[in-house]
Amino acid sequence: MISIRNVSKWFGEFQALKKCSAEVHKGEVVVICGPSGSGKSTLIKCVNGLESFQEGEIWVDGISVADRKTDLPKLRSRVGMVFQHFELFPHLSILDNITLAQCRVLGRSKKQAVEKAVQLLELVGLAEQKPKFPAQLSGGQQQRVAIARALAMDPIAMLFDEPTSALDPEMINEVLDVMVELAQSGMTMLVVTHEMGFAKRVANRIIFMDRGEVVEDRPKQTFFENPETNRARQFLSKILTH
Amino acid sequence: MWLLDSTNHQSLITNHISLAAFDFSVFLRPSPESALNNLSYLLVGLGWSLLLALGSWVVAFVVGSVVGVMRTLPGRILPSIGACYVELFRNVPLLVQLFVWFFVVPDITPILGDWFKQQVPPIWQEFIAGTACLGLFTAARIAEQVRSGIGSLGTGQLGAGLALGLRRRQVYLLVLLPVAYRILIPTLTSEFLNLIKNTAVASTIGYLELAQRSASMAETTARVYEAFTAATLLYAALNLLVMFLARALERFTALPGFLGGDK
Repeated sequence: MISIRNVSKWFGEFQALKKCSAEVHKGEVVVICGPSGSGKSTLIKCVNGLESFQEGEIWVDGISVADRKTDLPKLRSRVGMVFQHFELFPHLSILDNITLAQCRVLGRSKKQAVEKAVQLLELVGLAEQKPKFPAQLSGGQQQRVAIARALAMDPIAMLFDEPTSALDPEMINEVLDVMVELAQSGMTMLVVTHEMGFAKRVANRIIFMDRGEVVEDRPKQTFFENPETNRARQFLSKILTH
Repeated sequence: MWLLDSTNHQSLITNHISLAAFDFSVFLRPSPESALNNLSYLLVGLGWSLLLALGSWVVAFVVGSVVGVMRTLPGRILPSIGACYVELFRNVPLLVQLFVWFFVVPDITPILGDWFKQQVPPIWQEFIAGTACLGLFTAARIAEQVRSGIGSLGTGQLGAGLALGLRRRQVYLLVLLPVAYRILIPTLTSEFLNLIKNTAVASTIGYLELAQRSASMAETTARVYEAFTAATLLYAALNLLVMFLARALERFTALPGFLGGDK
């Protein structure tokens, strides 16, 4: 479904990604973890072309992201993305946040779009909030709306870029619960997160990144019980002791 | 060109009167345009000032938005063009720009320039030159504000829009600009107030707006205090009205829980 092959990226002199490769198959949940500044977010943003890269290839459902002939907006509309800071549109109601791209990109009628939005708001437990504006919701609620907004496009895969990092601790679980449910429903997911509990519960594989490199890419069992590299071991010991 | 005329200036000083001797009946006496009394004469001038301000505002808002957006686009060429525009128009004195638009541009523009000089009535020549000058000058200032307004939304909103499959143009029109304009209402208001005050420079090319008319009323009636007091009050009243309307617009477009809107 998602195939990342030898991707390298430079910001000026600084090499942010060094020959990164990874595969996400249909229905798989893959978690990317690693210390901050290791290139996780940059890599996931390359997958839907929000970041460009200078070398390598990324294929999504058989379409090359870096190919100039690719209709990127069309490709992006088929891949959902959830951001660290939610990025709901502040001037639109919750309902309009979810219907905007359905109508403008997929050409759905307002009625169809609203139906879909209501159904997804029920799924994330926020049906009563639809007339409100983003700034009137808590962070956890906003992130659940953001997930609903992405799902409304009927994506073939979902990308999550540190979806709980900006949340107060008591709101993290409400978002993770939605994500777990999504994973169990068979959604293909690529998730950048520090939430190892989530990874242990639903991930098929863990990718560990450090300094722009994919250091480990292994099934979660072996990654947690017996990390191959010192760097991964150190990282795990730092985040799992508390 | 009353600003530059020293003999009139002399006569204004020798005829000056004390504050206690304000004579409001002067407003009811015939004006330099004898069909009107002085009060109507000034009010018509206020109307021309406002018309010039509104015309210039349309130019400034459209051009300023386009240039401001250009400066936020990826690549090198469009942002550079935008930057050149801004630096050119905000670094040349307004008065010089006005003279260029009025005296130079029609002369160096083939066909359209001849039409302008021969067919367009003088008052509209002055209006068009004034609109081009004030509009394009103010556009440079609005461009900077639009750019910073979009910049303040960060790349996150753009990314979120693009990630949904919206095209860049759609993200700007549906998300970035509607939010940026809301943030910018207070600064755009002060630009509009500046623009109203700047219309007075059009008097230098003979445009009969409020400042020009108050000066010519002072000249013909020798009632300097009355004339300029009236001009002061009229400008102040107009700007207060604009501020009031801008506040109303701000309240009307405020978002719940966002930027000082009610929860």
